[in-house]
Amino acid sequence: MPGLSQARLIEVETSILSKNDALAQGNRRVLKALQVLALNLVSSPGSGKTTLLCETIKALGDAPLAVIEGDQQTSADADRIRHTGARAIQINTGKGCHLDAQMVGHAIDDLMPAPQSYLFIENVGNLVCPAAFDLGEDAKVAILSVTEGEDKPLKYPDMFTAAQVAILNKLDLAPHTDADLDAYEANLLRVNPGLTIFRLSARTGEGMGPWLDWLRGRLADKRAPR
Amino acid sequence: MHEMSLAEGIRQIVIEQARAHGFSRVKSLRLEIGRFAGVEKPALEFAFDVVMRGSPAEGAALEMLDLPGRARCFDCMKLVEIDDRLAPCPLCGSGKLLPEGGDEMRIKDMEVI
Repeated sequence: MPGLSQARLIEVETSILSKNDALAQGNRRVLKALQVLALNLVSSPGSGKTTLLCETIKALGDAPLAVIEGDQQTSADADRIRHTGARAIQINTGKGCHLDAQMVGHAIDDLMPAPQSYLFIENVGNLVCPAAFDLGEDAKVAILSVTEGEDKPLKYPDMFTAAQVAILNKLDLAPHTDADLDAYEANLLRVNPGLTIFRLSARTGEGMGPWLDWLRGRLADKRAPR
Repeated sequence: MHEMSLAEGIRQIVIEQARAHGFSRVKSLRLEIGRFAGVEKPALEFAFDVVMRGSPAEGAALEMLDLPGRARCFDCMKLVEIDDRLAPCPLCGSGKLLPEGGDEMRIKDMEVI
């Protein structure tokens, strides 16, 4: 009828990230069926993610694993990983500031992770955006190096809240800086009291043992779900 | 932050809803944004205007409703509302709080023609 508004209200009640979340759940189902332990490694650029990954891969020996590398540009990191003998696939996000579940889903299809294997997903170096995007991983592992400043967890709480594990890396540099390692830990636990924290140096190997034990334990849990 | 990606998520949902409900234009759209969602509202408004072009929501009015931040206190075990992630527990003063809500980002409803 003329003059009468035809407008109507539609209740949507849908998460803006619902598409990503649904794709992430799809990834999770695929990975669970294969008993793959998938970890989403997040940090600022330069925290030593790739070095940690390379050293972790070497230390895990012949355990089956695969790596998805996310960066805006270049295949430098995937090349470094492949140099260790591990299978790696590079995703270039172009202008994108984070990996999303769709990109990772395609990478999983291409990589076809072995049953009972590790899948390391190295996210774009960025302490903000990757926090909101579920990729279908078992846990986010946030890496923080001792040169970045004790206040980083307080400045970027979203990421450290989303993570289950925090790694305090570059421990070998701590004596050369004013780094207060206890303050780092206190701030991490202030934003997320549930965090499991490892202090280590990927470069010297100091402190790698407990991190490797944690990885092996989580993979074993996949085999025999409690 | 990733406001552009969020706007693209909204656009996808708008297009799906238009197909499902048979409307051609969105007059207004309401979002619910949790206090801890990390959404920069002016950035999302800007991205919304740009990304909705050519979609049924082009030119739609965008309204953002705040949802409170909620957290579980590890010391008194109560669920409390807090204004920012690092605020102490309003009941016992503890600093050990784990957010349990407030990271919502969802489309509540749309007025359509």
